Amino acid sequence: MAKQVPDTRNVGKDAMTPEGTVNRAALPAIFNPEDLNALEAALRLKDRVEGSTVHILTMGPQRAADIIRDAMFRGADGGYLLSGREFAGSDTLATSYALSCALKKIAPDVIFAGRQAIDGDTAQVGPQVAEKLGLPQVTYAEEIVEVKEKSLVIKRRLEHGTEVVECPIPAVVTVNASAAECRPRNAKRVMKYKFALAGSEIAAAPESPAAQRAAAKEYLQIVEWAAADVNPDPEQLGLTGSPTKVKKIENVVFAAKEAKKFTAADEDINSLMVELIASHTLG
Amino acid sequence: MANFFSDNKDLQFHLGHPLMRKIVELKERGFSEKDLYDYAPQDFEDAMDSYRRVLEIAGEVCGEVIAPNAEGVDHEGPRVVNDHVEYASGTVVNMKAVVDAGLSGMTLPRKYDGLNFPLICFVMANEMVARADASFENIWGLQDCAETLNEFASEEIKQKYLPWVSAGATCAMDLTEPDAGSDLGAVMLKATWSEEKQTWLLNGVKRFITNGDGEVSLVLARTEEGTTDARGLSMLVYDKRDGGVKVRRIENKLGIKGSPTCELVFTNAPAQLVGDRKMGLIKYVMSLMNAARLGIGAQSVGTCEAAYREALKYAHERAQFGKPIIRFAAVSEMLSNMKAKVQGVRALLYETARFVEVYKQYGHIAQERSLEGEERQEMKFYNRLADGFTPLVKLFSSEYANQLAYDAIQIHGGSGFMKDYPCERLYRDARIMNIYEGTSQLQVVAAINAVTKGTFLEQIERYAAESYSEAMCPVVTKLKELTVKFSEMQARVEAGDKEVCGFKDFHARRLVETAGHIIITYLLARQAGQVEDYAASARIFCKLAESKIAEAYTYVMNSTTEDVALFKAVEQEN
Repeated sequence: MAKQVPDTRNVGKDAMTPEGTVNRAALPAIFNPEDLNALEAALRLKDRVEGSTVHILTMGPQRAADIIRDAMFRGADGGYLLSGREFAGSDTLATSYALSCALKKIAPDVIFAGRQAIDGDTAQVGPQVAEKLGLPQVTYAEEIVEVKEKSLVIKRRLEHGTEVVECPIPAVVTVNASAAECRPRNAKRVMKYKFALAGSEIAAAPESPAAQRAAAKEYLQIVEWAAADVNPDPEQLGLTGSPTKVKKIENVVFAAKEAKKFTAADEDINSLMVELIASHTLG
Repeated sequence: MANFFSDNKDLQFHLGHPLMRKIVELKERGFSEKDLYDYAPQDFEDAMDSYRRVLEIAGEVCGEVIAPNAEGVDHEGPRVVNDHVEYASGTVVNMKAVVDAGLSGMTLPRKYDGLNFPLICFVMANEMVARADASFENIWGLQDCAETLNEFASEEIKQKYLPWVSAGATCAMDLTEPDAGSDLGAVMLKATWSEEKQTWLLNGVKRFITNGDGEVSLVLARTEEGTTDARGLSMLVYDKRDGGVKVRRIENKLGIKGSPTCELVFTNAPAQLVGDRKMGLIKYVMSLMNAARLGIGAQSVGTCEAAYREALKYAHERAQFGKPIIRFAAVSEMLSNMKAKVQGVRALLYETARFVEVYKQYGHIAQERSLEGEERQEMKFYNRLADGFTPLVKLFSSEYANQLAYDAIQIHGGSGFMKDYPCERLYRDARIMNIYEGTSQLQVVAAINAVTKGTFLEQIERYAAESYSEAMCPVVTKLKELTVKFSEMQARVEAGDKEVCGFKDFHARRLVETAGHIIITYLLARQAGQVEDYAASARIFCKLAESKIAEAYTYVMNSTTEDVALFKAVEQEN
């Protein structure tokens, strides 16, 4: 599972609209960074298990097909785009419901996702999908240590160290930013898959050479599903299915506080340590 | 996200040259592979789109992986473990990134799993890799050895080695020996045919071999027993997996410390003959060296780019006397000259790459079918230009890499002398560039023919006949004056050489550099007609060319044939 997000890492002053929502026009749409870590984890599993394939599932508007193509450039075999008006306005609950409906249809052995997306920062969608599918979940995954017949041994990154767990599959694994970075796009794959199109992209201009090329070759077709394709309960989709309501948005401006100077003398260092421990910065 | 392609408009400009249409047409043989390979282009636009996308990948790998590793690689360097090279840890990461990105076998045909890209794209990637880390460019850039195999080796050898290179095997060219550096005709490494093993066996020592422990090595060896000159040398290919070569040591160098420079001991190392016996130095090494010189050209231009950017950044950041130092005339003048030199020498690099490309492609086509009369003429035309321009670009770019690295430190002041800024590494790395693959002095020897046979002057006249923008008229007028001076100098030197042998050699560098200054200025003036931004660099470079040529002109015109003896007298000194 992956998400196309506005690039919030280099936020300028026009990043928010006066209404307090994200100004998507001012921020480039990118592959959510931790989802790239998740993609790499999936690709490494594919490298280890002969005959396995990696597919990307994303929910979003038509242009979200960009991250499916990007994943294909990096090694994924194909993807599914879940798109349609019914999904608009989804909070994490509705999103995870929609995704779980699609996943029931795809029925993968292992579902990877990034820990969280940089726009909402909730880290809820992965765990919610696991719950809805009734699958075990491993969060904060950093590395697949061992692949067994019916389970995975996974290293997790925790606050004060790491933990190694074994988990039966099928399972949901959410991957941490500290995991291996995603491999680069591959030259030959870019040249091969740059013509891959989602169903609605082909339908938008069916006579164009690009659409005809994609239509003629199966590997160039990104599966696109509307709500009806994944048999959902319409009540649980989109705005109707989203209990989260944004009550108020506040602009927080960080102001620089007065600086303190310490010398290298023991008593200065001591008082700094005391202060840092008191404020829970250390310890 | 740092991207060394997206952030470099000048580089992107050169990809858009009008001659690209012809180059792509030749390289793709009329897009005959479009239905054979799922990554082959359908047409010109498709091909160009793919080049751009792949160069963007290369730019990202350079900016995000290779450049951040450069300092660590410089400090750690490679080591010898159990007679083999172990790269610095950063180099290993770099290698994995470029292989994952599929940037191997860039120019090789698709039937050997290559990308079948034009040389221009490879040179561009080379330049970006060098900007990130010149030492890594040495390792990655040596994939162009495979082009020599593609050009001259048997199908059996190509089938064995080329797909391996496309999958990321690194290469080496084993030429130099303790007593054979610039004079490769003196190579002694012995190749003997073993009837028993039905293979050639190599015995001897090679020295100063860049990436000497690479998987695929092209070895210059003496196959003809009893000979002592170039005519007894052949080219062989050695597969590391066969064993028989030990790395005795790695040199401790001033710069490009991440690149392992090896001393190799060959003990009955099996090898296959490439092409014909006795043609090793005469034909194959010359081809290898020409490609390598273009490679060093790219490495040098990448170093120029890095030096200019470091200097520019620091000049903005550093404040003295209450303002950023870039606002002092002495600093902005240096930076303007640096910029003009980077853009000028890059223009020369890609002009040369285009010439090489066209004639090489005709060479490949000639192996498939006989060329038409017009094609043969065109091949000859571009071959001549390539032969003249290749040493010219190696000469100018490597000297500029040194000058710009020097200036970059100067702009950093005392801080630049410390290990805290990348400019000190650039300075050390640049120092080899005007030495290896033929010193600047040898580039002059290779290029002087293009002066005396008129290749440069003819090309200058072709440039002069093109149309230029109005803003460039004063520059072009100046260039015409300078061309007259160039001809006067040439006439003077040739007349002198008839009197005293050696007069031409004595002034060769001055003549070659004069031609180079005129050519580079024309190239910038031409670009200024297409993109106005180049007008400043064209005008600045023109001033530089004018003053350099004035100096050379004064020297040559005031020189008498007695100077030859005057400067030879030092031979008697002890």
